[in-house]
Amino acid sequence: MNAVVTANGLSKRYKNALALDNVSFQIPAGRIVGLIGPNGAGKTTALKAILGLTDFQGQLNVLGFDPRSQRDRLMEEVCFIADVAVLPRWIRVREAIDFVANVHPRFNRAKCEAFLARTKLTPDQRVKQMSKGMIVQLHLALVMAIDAKLLVLDEPTLGLDILYRKQFYQNLLEDYFDENKTIIVTTHQVEEIEHILTDLMFIRDGRIVLNTDMDSMGERFAEVMVSADMAAAARQLKPLDERQVFGKSIFLFDGIDQAQLKALGEIRRPSVSDLFVATMKGTYA
Amino acid sequence: MNAKNIYWLVKREFWEHRGGFFWAPVITSAVFLVLNLMAIVAGEVTGKFGMHMGTIDLDGHTLEALKLHALDADGMRKVGDALDVVMLSTSGLLGVVFGFVVFFYCLGTLYDDRRDRSVLFWKSLPISDTSTVVSKVIAATLAAPVIAMLCGLFTGLIMLLMFAFTLSMHGVSVWWLLTLSHPFQLIGFLIGSIPLYLLWALPAVGWLMLCSSWARSKPFLWAVVIPVAVGVIISWFNLLQSAGFKSGWYWREILVRILFSVFPGGWLHNTAALQLGDNPDHVGNFFTLANSYAVLTTPGIWIGAAAGIVMLAGAVWFRRWRDDS
Repeated sequence: MNAVVTANGLSKRYKNALALDNVSFQIPAGRIVGLIGPNGAGKTTALKAILGLTDFQGQLNVLGFDPRSQRDRLMEEVCFIADVAVLPRWIRVREAIDFVANVHPRFNRAKCEAFLARTKLTPDQRVKQMSKGMIVQLHLALVMAIDAKLLVLDEPTLGLDILYRKQFYQNLLEDYFDENKTIIVTTHQVEEIEHILTDLMFIRDGRIVLNTDMDSMGERFAEVMVSADMAAAARQLKPLDERQVFGKSIFLFDGIDQAQLKALGEIRRPSVSDLFVATMKGTYA
Repeated sequence: MNAKNIYWLVKREFWEHRGGFFWAPVITSAVFLVLNLMAIVAGEVTGKFGMHMGTIDLDGHTLEALKLHALDADGMRKVGDALDVVMLSTSGLLGVVFGFVVFFYCLGTLYDDRRDRSVLFWKSLPISDTSTVVSKVIAATLAAPVIAMLCGLFTGLIMLLMFAFTLSMHGVSVWWLLTLSHPFQLIGFLIGSIPLYLLWALPAVGWLMLCSSWARSKPFLWAVVIPVAVGVIISWFNLLQSAGFKSGWYWREILVRILFSVFPGGWLHNTAALQLGDNPDHVGNFFTLANSYAVLTTPGIWIGAAAGIVMLAGAVWFRRWRDDS
């Protein structure tokens, strides 16, 4: 399989902090990767490196380009929505479409307009007159009409209400994503993207602490609901995490044989957010 | 960097700065015309029709002479000059307004989108940073001056017609009068000055855009404080008589050039005014392309333009690598 992003020994140091610490990873084509980590873990720095927005040490190859020296070429095949509300406040819907249509060789105007027809946006509306949700709709319409190979989303739904958030990911999945495209997304609302992800990367203090696809994650991690009398036995197996619900204990195990766990109680696949919380224990301590 | 991208980038600048590039000159022209109309009406009503046009007064005596087509050659020339000044005065005023617009445009153009983070949107498009900076230079030094100049010409012609019409009410033949002025020469002068403006403005545009791309905050302060501080230090050493060159040279040839060259016409000060002294008695002789382009024989304008291009290259570099979003 052809890798869309290949990072080797990626490091980035800001004045007083190491944002990326010798990170290596590969992202194959046709995946939706969740890059998840606490605040200040280096998520945005990693994305900026991929997009050629920042300098770094190490090797990085994105779609065959070096983002430092070949950024202009790279941006023909990569799109990104960084945070919400980065559209210039003075621009009108009509102007934004005209501009992107004329400078981007892979922009499909009809697709963009069809998408906007499903919103309340009007051609003469300025960004400064829009709500945050509408701005994201416009941005998404522009980006989804670009036939890019890689889409990078950095907290795309921050500050949106749940209706817009659901719609955002639904549109992305239904109208945009296919096996030739790759999406990298960071967000704090892990539960909302859990079901669309194919791959998961946890990042903490500039290091990748977990890099797995969702299927292997289900095989490797297991959550077991254990009654009080079995709890001691469960603790013997060194669970990652333990919490109490309705007088029972829920244990999270990493790499323990499923047959062994079945004896303890009911097995479930852990949610990404539970796994995240267990993995990141002590981050802010 | 391709032509189509540049075209759309320049267009983009206009969408954003319609207020400064288009409405500022249009409104200035309108205000100017209204004020002049008010002055003429006031003159007519109070009956003291003594127009002050440039260097001559149209008093009763001249007016009589005009009626009779009985001006001597000197008088005719003076009337023609006065009409030329009427036409140019609007362009002069617009030039000042335009200078302020370009000054603040250059200071903000690579800074404002970093401040509101919309730079992240522009950088998500396949446009090189060189194209971005070049398009902004074109907007400031070619496209914006053309609009301001058209406004100036249009307003100047209306002014001319307003005065001619007023005079015709006093029995002076309008069309004969207009032949005394040199509208085509002045139009040629204004149009021909635009390439010169580009060269002349480059050091200021370069310096302001360099500050705009580099400053993490308050680009205006940096752009002004740095050259002034350097000037003060040089002047201080001058005071102690230990520096090798005069501080006056620095203020005139460096500070004024990197801050105020965005105001059009500065080059005339360097050439024509020096040749003609303080009292150019013939407007037509003063405002000629030959006078304007004489500045090209001085090394200053070329050195300034080269320095401007170097600073613009610096602006491109900062645009590419400034990482504060």
